[in-house]
Amino acid sequence: MNIFDRMMSLDRRWVFLLLAVVCVVTYVWPFSIPIRTTDEVENIFDFIDTLKEGDYIFLGIDYDPNALAELHPMTYAIAEHAFRKKLKIIFATLSQNGPGMADQAIRDITDSVKLDRTYNGVFYPGRTIVNGVDYVFLGYKPYFALVILGMGQNFRIPFPTDYYGTPLDSIPMMKGILNYDQIKCVVDITAGNVADAWISYGQGRYNFPLALGLTGVMGADYYPFLNSRQIFGLMGGLLGAAQYEKLSDNPGPAMDGMRIQVYAHIVIIFFIIIGNIGFLASRKKRMGKEVK
Amino acid sequence: MKRQIPLALVFIFGIFHIFQYFVPHESSEWLYEFFLKWIYIIGIFALALGIWSLIRVSWDKVKHRRPNWPYALITLGGLFAMIIFGFDYFRHFFTAEGLQNYMFRAFFDYILIPIQSTMFSLLAFFIASAAYRAFRARSLLATLLLLSALIIMLRFNPYLGFFGDYMEKTASWLLNVPNLAAKRAIIIGVGLGMVATSLKVMLGIERQYLGKD
Amino acid sequence: MKLKILSIFCSLLLGIVPLAIAQENADTASVDSTAVASPAPVSQLTAVDTDNDHGHSISLKWEPSPDDGAGLKSVIGYEVYRAESPGGPFVIRAALPSGASSHIDVGAKEKESGDYMADYTDYYYKVRAITADSLVYSDSDVFGPVQCYGQWFNTGRIPVLVFVIGFMCTTILLIQKAKSGAKLFVRRLAGIEAVDEAIGRATEMGKPILYVLGLGTAADIATIASYTILGRVAKKVAEYQTRLIVPCYDPITMTVAQETVKTAYADAGRPDDYNEDMVYFVTQSQFAYVAAVNGTMLRERPATNIYMGLFYAESLILAETGALAGSIQISGTDQIAQIPFFIVACDYTLIGEELYAASAYLGREPLLLGSLKAQDYAKAAFIVLAVIGFLTINFGIDWFKQLFYISN
Repeated sequence: MNIFDRMMSLDRRWVFLLLAVVCVVTYVWPFSIPIRTTDEVENIFDFIDTLKEGDYIFLGIDYDPNALAELHPMTYAIAEHAFRKKLKIIFATLSQNGPGMADQAIRDITDSVKLDRTYNGVFYPGRTIVNGVDYVFLGYKPYFALVILGMGQNFRIPFPTDYYGTPLDSIPMMKGILNYDQIKCVVDITAGNVADAWISYGQGRYNFPLALGLTGVMGADYYPFLNSRQIFGLMGGLLGAAQYEKLSDNPGPAMDGMRIQVYAHIVIIFFIIIGNIGFLASRKKRMGKEVK
Repeated sequence: MKRQIPLALVFIFGIFHIFQYFVPHESSEWLYEFFLKWIYIIGIFALALGIWSLIRVSWDKVKHRRPNWPYALITLGGLFAMIIFGFDYFRHFFTAEGLQNYMFRAFFDYILIPIQSTMFSLLAFFIASAAYRAFRARSLLATLLLLSALIIMLRFNPYLGFFGDYMEKTASWLLNVPNLAAKRAIIIGVGLGMVATSLKVMLGIERQYLGKD
Repeated sequence: MKLKILSIFCSLLLGIVPLAIAQENADTASVDSTAVASPAPVSQLTAVDTDNDHGHSISLKWEPSPDDGAGLKSVIGYEVYRAESPGGPFVIRAALPSGASSHIDVGAKEKESGDYMADYTDYYYKVRAITADSLVYSDSDVFGPVQCYGQWFNTGRIPVLVFVIGFMCTTILLIQKAKSGAKLFVRRLAGIEAVDEAIGRATEMGKPILYVLGLGTAADIATIASYTILGRVAKKVAEYQTRLIVPCYDPITMTVAQETVKTAYADAGRPDDYNEDMVYFVTQSQFAYVAAVNGTMLRERPATNIYMGLFYAESLILAETGALAGSIQISGTDQIAQIPFFIVACDYTLIGEELYAASAYLGREPLLLGSLKAQDYAKAAFIVLAVIGFLTINFGIDWFKQLFYISN
């Protein structure tokens, strides 16, 4: 077996090993890389940034721990941005393990917002986020399509109480908030086909502004909906989260993770090139032998 | 009767929901909300069935010492531990506490999250090995696929310098034009397929789910 | 003396009163000279029941005040007021920015709600043009009575109705055509053709076949389509007496799959060979399920892996592990994001609706073939309409696009 044949049929464990080494090294060695922003993420940021104090947004945390690395940074970035702008957030989750993700995110973000910070040159004093006044967490209900449809009639149909058992009618910030008509936008962060349900059953039926935060793999599939304006913004994967962090001037795990991703891509490209060099050289050799 | 009743129910409720979409009146809405609530109730039975199936299958493995039965024991142990700690057993035994219970949250934060994240992270390695195997310039179409993949991967690479902007614009064009066109076509096809299959199920043409005639 | 005092008093009075009046006038004059003049009111206010809704909503339109952005330029916004009688009391319903010329007044349908707006009740509206001075404004004429009520048909969804009726009629016509013996062409599906070959390979090697139904529930279209393929695979497997392994994600899916496989074995004339353990429930946790199936693949080393149904992120993990185990892999899913992974890692892939077409392709029953052909005609119609739409928009013809507009 010559070198080109070896290049073409490398044991996959070499690929795994080099990838693991590169990921660990770039994780441990801190450096930053420049992030360029795209229109689809800027649309979400600009929309939330121009909302007034006291406006309501709905944040769907519809993912499991397996998508934590890509989607959790999005949740943190958007929720912190919204809390700093003194918007009111309705959290809900349509994924089985979503309550754990939401609970963790809410705890961390409420701690972070207690600190004074300056973002994009604007000073935001720290404040205490109060459950029932600044946010409400509705919890989880199965059959997401039905929940989305039910919330379009009244939030109280699928969620008569919040996650902690308090009736929605006795929560101060839910007074007068019946359904999507009182919400400025819905931002759904998901790794599953809940996004399709939000587009078809939510936005399609009730016509509210909808933005999606998706894993990188899914991001490419939702450009048709962006193009047809069924969604007004799209964050795809860790890159989307990093772009939002950059726009909100709030560097976090996504911007850190991008340096790992960039180098991982370089490793994958390296192996693709090696494989193709081996393939083309072997093919040329085989064709040469056939001619002879 | 065993087959006629489910078929009749599927037909009646399927036709009702088609009509309901076109009738905005309050009475139609009321019926719709009524059915939504019933579906939740039916859904709870499905959850209960899932838990019962898991217990039955795992216990059967343990009882008959089938291969890998210790893992079935661990499965049962995990299931019951989460159920027990999910309730406020110190004060109000049947009150669901969920994540407010320290142990429940500890299981979630320190066992479930790392395990699920680890499984998902396998994808990073498998994508690398799949890309290495599959992205070969075997034909014109395969070469185009290979080049597109390289452009998309490199679009936000900060080390491209002068070529960075062109790469980004090309990647944006690829995502917004050919990718969008192809995805749109597949979405339309899948949508039509769903409509056709739903019609077949409603009209009783597709009845595999009922079992033997 | 008294007369003198009286005359002094009168003259004083005559002096003070005009002075007071003059002072008052002076004050008034000073207010008038600095106060904002009342703007012109809005005109042509109309209110009608909002169309295509469940009631409890009234749509208003008006001509903005001439002093909004022009004239005095004093109008900074509008307030919409509603009452149940022409004389009031009027309650504010909305505050709108300058330039607004319409508003939909939506009320709640629940009587207990503070915002309840009853149907078939007379309402009266007026619109107030407001200025920076809260005391300076002008009201329009009161418009009313107007009642709101729900509609029995949503005319904004007519295009969808036309499509549904058209598609149903096409399906029925083509089914009749197929029943009457006409040959309806269905192109070859390589993935389905390969199933027989793959089952044969497994039999020769003496290894089992692994069939994965995916992560869908029994209600998902992809899972329903997968049952048909499972039935065919199970029948062949029964005939060849090869082992079949079907790990399930959902308990209801498992129940239906057990019925399907049992029926297939009975149809193949081997009901006694059916073993309930062939089709078993694993777990409803995505990656726990994947871990279990991967373990099965690496232990059992099936000759053939068939993945048909709804798959998510685990698709590549399954397919790569199957490739590691050296199995032939045939896949089919309607999850667009996962199709590329299956294409890259599997030998044959059914893309999108090919999965739904499989049931018709396998059975060749007129009922199924007719509906498959209806899909094809619908797609052809979409292509023609898309081309016409593209041409009309480029030539500035707008009405064609409006034919397909769907309002909520």
